[in-house]
Amino acid sequence: MSTECRIQIETKNLNVSFHGHHVLRNIDIKIPAKKLTAIIGPSGCGKTTLLKSFNRLLEIQDDVKISGQILVDGKNILAPRLDVPDIRKKMGLLSQKPYPLPMSIHDNVAYGLRIHSNKNKGEIESTVEHCLQEVGLWNEVKGRLHDPASRLSVGQQQRLCLARAIAVEPEVVLCDEPTSALDPLAAQQIEKLLLKLKKDYTVVLVTHTLRQAKRVADHVIFLYFGMVIEQGPADEFFNNPKNPETKAYLSGEIS
Amino acid sequence: MELLNKRTLEENIFKILMMISISIVVGSLIIIVALVIINGGPALTLELLTQTSSGEFYLGAGGGGILNAILGSLLLALPATGLACIIGIAIALYLQKDFTHPWVAGFVRFSLDILWGIPSIIYGVFCFLIMIYLGMSASVLVGIIALTLLEIPIITRYMDESIKLVPIGLKEGAYSLGSTKFETAVKVVPRQALPGILAGILLGLGRGIGDAASILFTAGFTNRIPSSLFDSTAALPTMIFQLSTSSLPIVRQKASATALVLLLIVFTISILSRTLSKRYMKYVIK
Repeated sequence: MSTECRIQIETKNLNVSFHGHHVLRNIDIKIPAKKLTAIIGPSGCGKTTLLKSFNRLLEIQDDVKISGQILVDGKNILAPRLDVPDIRKKMGLLSQKPYPLPMSIHDNVAYGLRIHSNKNKGEIESTVEHCLQEVGLWNEVKGRLHDPASRLSVGQQQRLCLARAIAVEPEVVLCDEPTSALDPLAAQQIEKLLLKLKKDYTVVLVTHTLRQAKRVADHVIFLYFGMVIEQGPADEFFNNPKNPETKAYLSGEIS
Repeated sequence: MELLNKRTLEENIFKILMMISISIVVGSLIIIVALVIINGGPALTLELLTQTSSGEFYLGAGGGGILNAILGSLLLALPATGLACIIGIAIALYLQKDFTHPWVAGFVRFSLDILWGIPSIIYGVFCFLIMIYLGMSASVLVGIIALTLLEIPIITRYMDESIKLVPIGLKEGAYSLGSTKFETAVKVVPRQALPGILAGILLGLGRGIGDAASILFTAGFTNRIPSSLFDSTAALPTMIFQLSTSSLPIVRQKASATALVLLLIVFTISILSRTLSKRYMKYVIK
């Protein structure tokens, strides 16, 4: 990683366990700002857990133990007495299956704006339009903004979730296998959007398809059984992996 | 081949058992409604609906109707359901993992289930005792309190069960936009759980408007329309109770007519809320 690159997220000795089951072990990673970082690894290796620890979403499950440090812009977000909604606001989330809010298309994007800012109606309208345009949804929905979001196709719903995420102006966009529930065309649209977004946001993408990581990632973190095996710039990682387990994973020997 | 026959027979017997069970339920419903219509239909006059009862009313000499009971029932059951909803949704939202430890939630749910099973006469007596202790008399207010207590467990458990089914991904979505727990609980979760919440409210209202035992001592009985919260009032179930104990067939006919009115009110409310819920149901994320 080049030295001039700012570090957006850094974890120090992060450990997470659910119901006494140790899911993440001594995670030390660095995620560069305004780059697309892919977290790869076989199913069940803790990718999603790691992703959700970044915006403290793990805490809504019961019996979770988290220790260590997660530094976002140098500040430890696991420190006590922090405003959790404020931490989460900085991190948009795209989940595996899109979950639009049970509201109209328009209100899905306006929801975040309404709870965080005292923008007037006109400003909200223009932000909603801007965000929907950013994700390429505006032309598809401009005539039916007040239809329920549930009527959109899954691919459109995923883009709507991206639009509502960027409406609150996050710094990071966390993506948890956002294309796994989509058809190939819709998946391609999301991938293109992520590549576009990394100019303005730090994108962290959890994926279990190696090909996707190869196509889009600038930086790669390889998790295996809850441990970081290797991390580094994508070129180096894919072309010249250092760890034997990484080599095995890349060649398809372990999955 | 023989094995197959045995299993097919088993299946057929099971089918017949199911059909018998369904016929018992549907049959009873049809018979009840038919009896109420046949017995009460002729007595269901405009006079019955628009006049309050007078002394002769109970003696079969005509003279009035059940307007006081109709209004009384609405005055008791609607505010009680409203109160139970407010209290119920607060409890139901609190019982979710986001707010409280599952152990606490389990205890509260258990308590609510027990409360649900308590006969309504117990609620009536309980409120009656408190009423006496406070030196109050049977009134709309005490009746509302008794019905509220009766409805809370039903409404809360229904809301709780439907809120529990809200997918965690939806909550995560709201949280990741920077919503607080409160904002998520108030602005997002109820919209998703709306069909179940409405079903619970309806069930509570149905129980409340139809219950006689809990308001027997607490709301009292009178022929007048109550003019304040501290007046006693008649209600449809207590009116049915009064009328059906008469020895005169013509008065018992009025009891059936009153029951018919009660059925129609419950039916109307149910249709209304179903139409209302359809308007919001379309937002629910599947």
